[in-house]
Order: sequence, then C-alpha cells, then structure tokens
Amino acid sequence: MSSNLIILAIIVTSVATYISRLLGAFTSEKVSSTSETFKWFNCVAYATLAALLGRMIIFPAGVLAQSELITRLLVFVVCIIIYKITKENLVIPTLFSFIFLSTLSYLI
Amino acid sequence: MINLKIFLIGLKSLKGAKSPAIPLAACFIALGALLKDAGLNIQQSAASSLFTYALPGQLVMAESLLIGTSIINIFLAVWIVNYRLYPMTVSLFPLLKHRSQPKWKYYLSCHFLAVTSWLIAKDNHKKINQKNRIDFWIGIGVGTCTVAVITTCLGFLLADYLNKEMLIGLAIINPVYFYCMMLNAMKVKIILVSVILGTLLGPFFFLISSEWAILIAGVVAGTIGYLVGRIKYE
Repeated sequence: MSSNLIILAIIVTSVATYISRLLGAFTSEKVSSTSETFKWFNCVAYATLAALLGRMIIFPAGVLAQSELITRLLVFVVCIIIYKITKENLVIPTLFSFIFLSTLSYLI
Repeated sequence: MINLKIFLIGLKSLKGAKSPAIPLAACFIALGALLKDAGLNIQQSAASSLFTYALPGQLVMAESLLIGTSIINIFLAVWIVNYRLYPMTVSLFPLLKHRSQPKWKYYLSCHFLAVTSWLIAKDNHKKINQKNRIDFWIGIGVGTCTVAVITTCLGFLLADYLNKEMLIGLAIINPVYFYCMMLNAMKVKIILVSVILGTLLGPFFFLISSEWAILIAGVVAGTIGYLVGRIKYE
C-alpha cells in the first residue's frame, strides 16, 4: 500500500469527521441552552450514543466480534453492578471488564 | 486569550476515580495495534488519532484500507459513522457559549468533540462559570486527545505482544466505560427513557439497515424521550 494513499485516507477521514463537528458548532450559535430544540438535541445525542453502545455489545465490529455474545453481556452486566457497588468508581469496572472478558475468551 | 487556570481544571479532569485516561488509553492501544496491521507506520498512526480523534471513524478507515476500498467510499463511510458528533456538538456547545469569547475558539475546539470528552463536559460544566466554560472544554479536549495520540503509538509498539484475547478485552472497555458514565445522566427521566430505548433500538435497526441503524435509533429514541418529558411537563 502506498504511503500517499494512507496519507490521503487520513486526511479524508479527518475532514469527514470534522464536518459533523463544525456543522454542530454552527448550529449551536442559533440554539439556546434553555430552548426546546436544545432539549430535543440532548435526548437525541444520548439516545444515539446508547444505540451505538447497544450495537457494539450485540453486533460488534472488529476484534470484539470474535467473542461470544453471552460473555459480552455477562461482562457488561457485572461491570455495571460493580460500578454501583464501588460508589461510581469508573476505573475498577473498566479494568475488571478487560480482565474478565480476556479470561472468558481464553477459556471458551 | 485562554484562561490558564480554567484550562488546567479541564486538563486535570483526567485524574481521579472518574478518570477517563485508563479506558481511553485501552481503546487507543487496541486501535494502534489495528493501524499497524492496516499498514500504517507510527507517524501515520499518531497523525490519524491527532487529526481525526474519533475511534469508530478511524476503525472504518483502517478496515477500509485493509480491504482496498476507494477514497470516496472511505469518506462516505466515515461520515456516516461519525455524523453522531453533530447532535452531540449541538447538545453541548450552547452550554459553553458566551458573548465575550471569540468564535474561533468554538470552531477549532469542536475538533475535541468525542464521546469521552463530551461526557466529562456534560457532567462537570456547571462547576465552571459560563464565561470560562470554553477554556475548561479546551483543557478537557487537549488532555483526552493527547492521551489518545500517545496510547495509539503505544498500541502500535505493543502490537506484536498483544494476543487475540487481550485485544478482545481491550475492546470491551469502551462500551462499559461509556455506559457507566451515562448512568449519571440517566437520573433525569427523559434521558433515562432516551438511553434505554436507544440501547434496545440500536441493535434492532441494525438488523434492518447496518449503515443507518444508529441515526434512526437515535432520532426515534431521542424524540420519544423528549416527548415523554413534554407530556410530564404539560
């Protein structure tokens, strides 16, 4: 693969990503944080992120697709419980998720 | 130009029990290993994280390069994957706006909009005076983006030492971490409805259209969540 093609792909990826961000910044100029439009965008943003995470767990892409669905669900639920038990410490459940799924993937 | 004290408060949000540094690092270590597989060198891998700084789009680019997709198709595929950054920006930047701040700060700093930085800013913006929130945001963005670039390089260098199971373990950290962070926001009823519906509808619509599933699920679930709030209010 030529170096020029890779550099072009990086530029294209960066531009395609920045467009959504910049359009969002332009739109934000006309949106007040107390408006109904803002509230709607807030709900859509959280829902979109949740949809992405739901898809990542149930229908993952990349290396995660090589693990079993049941193991991903198990790790996910256990880590959410750990997060609550540890009084909302983020480091412990995230580290645990790595160790737990790596181990399960090795064993199964 | 930038309030250094507030900038540093943003930068320091990478520390502590709610630190995003470890999960962010895990995700970009896995990405660094994948970029090496895709044929990038270490400088190109670092440049990808610095200039794109959006993991799903970078994954699409790496996988597209591996299968030899055209540049136009890479552009479209990345745009479709990353359009979610548009509603995320509109749901954050009005909270950071202030008349006294120059517009270029907003236009340039929107580059730092990614899930991690967005969740940190949404959780903590009220602690900062409205006038200085954009500097707080720039601090968060510089911190998270720097972690992403450094750990991409680390992943590139460690690629030969990471086995399949370790890469799988690194990949699960991302959704677990993001979902835990969203649990705080779910204390508000309309966000709770939006998140639960989004989680269910994302995989459901994926069965119908893999490309548009996230957009459709986000708009449908978010609109229902918003309407639930309106009904309660009225």
